[in-house]
Amino acid sequence: MTLTAVLIVAAALIGTGLYGALSQQSFVMLMMGLELILNGVLLAVIAFWSLGVGGPPRGQVLAIVVMAVMAVEMAVGFALVTAVFRRRQVDTTEKLGTLKE
Amino acid sequence: MTAADLAFYVLSAIAVVSGWRVFRTDSMVRASFLLMLSFIAVAAIMLMLAAPYIGMATVFMMAVEMMVMALFMVMFMMNPAGLNPMNMVHQNRLSIGAGATAFVGLTVAVLFTDLPHEKVARQAPVIRDLGHELLGPSMLIFESAGVTLLAAMVASVVLSARSGRFGPSDEGSRPPGLEPGGEPAGRIPESEQEDE
Repeated sequence: MTLTAVLIVAAALIGTGLYGALSQQSFVMLMMGLELILNGVLLAVIAFWSLGVGGPPRGQVLAIVVMAVMAVEMAVGFALVTAVFRRRQVDTTEKLGTLKE
Repeated sequence: MTAADLAFYVLSAIAVVSGWRVFRTDSMVRASFLLMLSFIAVAAIMLMLAAPYIGMATVFMMAVEMMVMALFMVMFMMNPAGLNPMNMVHQNRLSIGAGATAFVGLTVAVLFTDLPHEKVARQAPVIRDLGHELLGPSMLIFESAGVTLLAAMVASVVLSARSGRFGPSDEGSRPPGLEPGGEPAGRIPESEQEDE
């Protein structure tokens, strides 16, 4: 298990997540793509911390910040989905055209 | 190949394949459980990378998060059980291209970068170090993350509550006028725009 191998796995997760975030029509599935990207980022951070720079405590703090970002993204994202659905009865990106211009 | 290497390859395969299957399954609930599987595989890799605290925290957080996600799936989506085939995608080729480009680009960057190779010491007290760091030099960062989470809670309650600041939000609430008795300030709700 080398740093290169772990980082390539993280890159695969980020690529998959990007595909999901760009291709999915449903808001909830779109957020799953974002989560997958953050999953890859978290793995990359821990890989650097563990195999690259010899485990300084601050590396783990960065990982905790990434996890906080994940939680905030989920909470605010679902609240936005709820608000948009309540206002416009919409649950896919195609049906939202107001902010297009 | 050692046992650790083998475990790493198996876990990586689980993480990536289940992450990909998330967007290919018909059932929304299954999709969220597949995402949870992907996260748990990544958490297991993190445990192998001598980060037990972050790994276990990821498992707990994701278990709860994916339960919430599955609930939202059932609430918002048709077809939660996956009885009918479903593939709701747009700009599919562009997305595949973007995902593949991101993967190839990042992999090339990883392969051609001179990475540092200093492993964490085997017996290092990483959790104790993390605790001292969080409640010592990095306390401001830690507390900022906490306050950010609190702000996110307030924001999600405000966003998802039915009542807005100036009346029911789903009817297009208007703030009072800038002068007494004047035109209501703010954006005109869509329902009133259509009447004109």
